[in-house]
Amino acid sequence: MTSQWPLWEVFVRAKRGLSHIHVGSLHAPDAAMAVRNARDVYTRRGEGVSIWVVPSDQITASSPDEKDAFFDPAGDKVYRHPTFYEVPAEAKHL
Amino acid sequence: MAGTEEREAAFYAIIDADGRIEPRDDMPEAYRRTLVRQIAQHAHSEIIGMQPEGNWISRAPSLRRKAILLAKVQDEAGHGLYLYAAAETLGVSRDQLLELLHARKQKYSSIFNYPTLTWADVGAIGWLVDGAAITNQVPLTRCSYGPYARAMVRICKEESFHQRQGFEALLTLTRGTPAQKAMAQDALDRWWYPSLAMFGPPDTGEQASGGHTEQSMRWGIKRFTNDELRQRFVDMTVPQSQVLGLTIPDPDLRWNEERGHYDFTPPDYDELFRVIKGDGPCNAQRLAHRVAAHEDGAWVREAAAAYAAKKQEVAA
Repeated sequence: MTSQWPLWEVFVRAKRGLSHIHVGSLHAPDAAMAVRNARDVYTRRGEGVSIWVVPSDQITASSPDEKDAFFDPAGDKVYRHPTFYEVPAEAKHL
Repeated sequence: MAGTEEREAAFYAIIDADGRIEPRDDMPEAYRRTLVRQIAQHAHSEIIGMQPEGNWISRAPSLRRKAILLAKVQDEAGHGLYLYAAAETLGVSRDQLLELLHARKQKYSSIFNYPTLTWADVGAIGWLVDGAAITNQVPLTRCSYGPYARAMVRICKEESFHQRQGFEALLTLTRGTPAQKAMAQDALDRWWYPSLAMFGPPDTGEQASGGHTEQSMRWGIKRFTNDELRQRFVDMTVPQSQVLGLTIPDPDLRWNEERGHYDFTPPDYDELFRVIKGDGPCNAQRLAHRVAAHEDGAWVREAAAAYAAKKQEVAA
């Protein structure tokens, strides 16, 4: 048996003005075939105007084991949100 | 690294909050195994499910019906791919899963072991089989495992086309000649009980599935029991059969005012178990065709891989 084709992550831009969004993955022998397969697998009903494919093993992700510690620094900084600030009602457009 | 107990507590905290488990999260081994088995079985069903209908592509009664059927069968292939990709996030490879299917170590839905004898069967599959599949699958869009739930969202959107085209094909027949209407009725007669059996064994009694449902519900993989889903399907389908002007082959089918549901005769579960075990009308044929397609396509996979390797060498 031959080894399995590499895995690619597929990102689709639904329409101009929107960013590419991850829609799933697929196997393909190379990048060109991955784009073609992605068209057939993920855009059979006009779901996209542009496709990116990325080799799955090229993605570096944050570790789920340390997710709490990793994202903690943002947790206690409520002053980064506009609603933290109290302003008089008569001050408009703030 | 947290201890086993702590990790399990974190897992159940997400489940209890109706959150989603994602690929690299800690999960109990039994949860992972159950998902691999279920998603693989689901993926296998999609690709084996291409056969009964693929059989009719070259014999569709019009170019319109042929184009529709081609699109539908292509969708089934796509659904298989979404699901294999979801299964792969759990640490198995697609090749492994296909090998298990070919070696009869993993199963696919029993329904695809019945033959498609007439054109009306293609309509009946869309209406009943895809209708039952949708009833099963809509709750799976809220399944606790993120990649599976997301694949199901895509699949459910597309299944809706499958069911409607089947209903329309049958409606065309029932509004046609007496012979065409008889063909539609015959298809319903043969597909009704196998469709009811798609929901699996009953919740209670001797034939009940030994506790799988309860465990899957605790894990948020399953949201409703087999009998709840079967009842939902019957309640939706009976009025549709009236629009078609066809008779469901069940003399005991009647509206139960008190329950607010239709009473109906359950499918023959002994037959379901026989077909699952491999003794259905088409089990051998379906699997032999799948294995042959895989083996006959090996040179394409090898050639594409060789071409990609060569291009990389030239570039290096």
